[in-house]
Amino acid sequence: MFRFVARRLLQVIPVFFVIITATFFMVRFVPGGPFTAEKAVSPEIMRNIEAHYGLDKPLWRQYLTYLGSISRGDLGPSFKYPNRTVNEIIGDKLPVSLELGALSLSVALVLGLTLGVLAAVRRNTWLDYLASSTGLLGICIPTFVLGPLLVLLFAIKLGWFNASGWYTPADRVLPSLTLGFVYAAYIMRLTRGGMLEVLNQDFIRTARAKGATEIRVVFRHALRGGLLPVVSFLGPGIAGILTGSFIIETIFQIPGLGREFVNSAFNRDYTLVLGTVILYASLIVICNLLVDIAQVWLNPKLKFE
Amino acid sequence: MSAPASAPVPEKSSSSLWLDAWRRLLRNRLAAAGGLMLILLAFACLFGPLLSPYGYADQNLDNTFAPPGAGHWLGTDQLGRDLLVRVLYGGRISLGVGLCATFVALTIGVIYGAVAGYIGGRTDAVMMRLVDILYALPFTIFVILLMVFFGRNIVLLFVAIGAVEWLTMARIVRSQIMALKKMEFIEAARSLGYGNRRIIFRHLLPNALGPIIVYSTLTIPAVMLLEAFLSFLGLGVQPPMSSWGTLIKDGAEKMEEYWWLLVFPGALFSLTLFSLNFLGDGLRDALDVRAAKD
Repeated sequence: MFRFVARRLLQVIPVFFVIITATFFMVRFVPGGPFTAEKAVSPEIMRNIEAHYGLDKPLWRQYLTYLGSISRGDLGPSFKYPNRTVNEIIGDKLPVSLELGALSLSVALVLGLTLGVLAAVRRNTWLDYLASSTGLLGICIPTFVLGPLLVLLFAIKLGWFNASGWYTPADRVLPSLTLGFVYAAYIMRLTRGGMLEVLNQDFIRTARAKGATEIRVVFRHALRGGLLPVVSFLGPGIAGILTGSFIIETIFQIPGLGREFVNSAFNRDYTLVLGTVILYASLIVICNLLVDIAQVWLNPKLKFE
Repeated sequence: MSAPASAPVPEKSSSSLWLDAWRRLLRNRLAAAGGLMLILLAFACLFGPLLSPYGYADQNLDNTFAPPGAGHWLGTDQLGRDLLVRVLYGGRISLGVGLCATFVALTIGVIYGAVAGYIGGRTDAVMMRLVDILYALPFTIFVILLMVFFGRNIVLLFVAIGAVEWLTMARIVRSQIMALKKMEFIEAARSLGYGNRRIIFRHLLPNALGPIIVYSTLTIPAVMLLEAFLSFLGLGVQPPMSSWGTLIKDGAEKMEEYWWLLVFPGALFSLTLFSLNFLGDGLRDALDVRAAKD
């Protein structure tokens, strides 16, 4: 186990290197800098600004400096918000996005697992059809259609929720449902498929023959195997929820990091873009690592390769 | 042994396999309905605008925000433009992006996977390790950066989306080729002195066609979703052009009073995703493709 985790951690290093390098140079080779949008400033002031941020140095020097400061956990000053560092901005906005992500993931897991298990256990009954059609709806209605529709129905017509904002607990409901629903649909389909496969196997018949109750058969014996496809989906699923929050934060005007990232790209706020990309990449890489470990833990056949 | 006769390749004999698959597909009612729906949608998007009295950008400021009715079946927008015509034009763009970007992904993925699988050994290990690394990258974020920085150019959009979606195709094709290349007919082809390129393209790939078709069908909705995602953020197709993604974005901004601007483009987009997913699932069953992963 230890060796497996250590090896996977070592593999993470080149991934990070590629991400940092690719983003750094992509951002620098772009036409237009962070200060071009401002009113025309005299060349001397421009030179001063650039010197202040180290933009006058050769590119490779900037690159090395940046690598150095990242390794100290310092993502540098923001170019667009004077006197604020990227670390401060991320510290401000990330909790909001994480809360949204965690709530959405809970919606996806609770809804998806419940419906999936029910559909598999009560196969070909109305419960199965209901769950399966919910699954189809989730896959075919993207978040940017579902979100506005939910706002239209529950906020504007019925007035149960606010159409936007992130103040009261009730404000969390519509965004988390919107973002979680798509993934609930995938999880439901995967759970149903996985459970059906496991429920047909011999050891389940053995368990039943030994007189285990239906509940015990489902939860003790079948669920562990039936969850495998769900666990391997969680890696891409979590990545999808993180990037999906860009859209959700835009629709519901939530002051999270997703919206900040899109804005920072428009503003060409180099350091903020770089910092956010590195942060998102780390989150995704860490989640993938956890998912891999969980997969091996659930399925001893994989035996750490 | 005499010199090999110009081996007649009886293409016809294999058609029964495809015919069987075709019959199985038609028997799957949902998949057949999905396919029919797609054909209808494609025809409507291609030829519908020609039949309409309204142009795609024709403004009529006396008739803005008209609700759906006799003159304008789906109503009009803030500039009095006919929504039906705009939705059909948007469909051209969305379906076009879906097809073109899938084609880019298909080409890269098939060639990459075939080469890796055919050569095998260390080359394969290096090539697939690269795919593993790329898999771990947050590509959606890179596509967003690309679109922001290098202008919202539609060709760039194809390339960027295609470059994201080829990875799974490469894996699927590779595992197919790995299994196929050990079979006897490949040995026969080699003993006939055929070159590698001929063996890959004439002998191996045609036999891997099933999974390639199935996965391509399922890539199209993924690509269309990504395009709509970008358009919704204002990074996709730019005015005066519009895709379903941009129409949905505009509709979402005005839905409070003018629901049809959101509902019709959204419904058509969802219907298309629905049809593509059903067709893809049906094709998977008809061509009997097991979940192909390595």
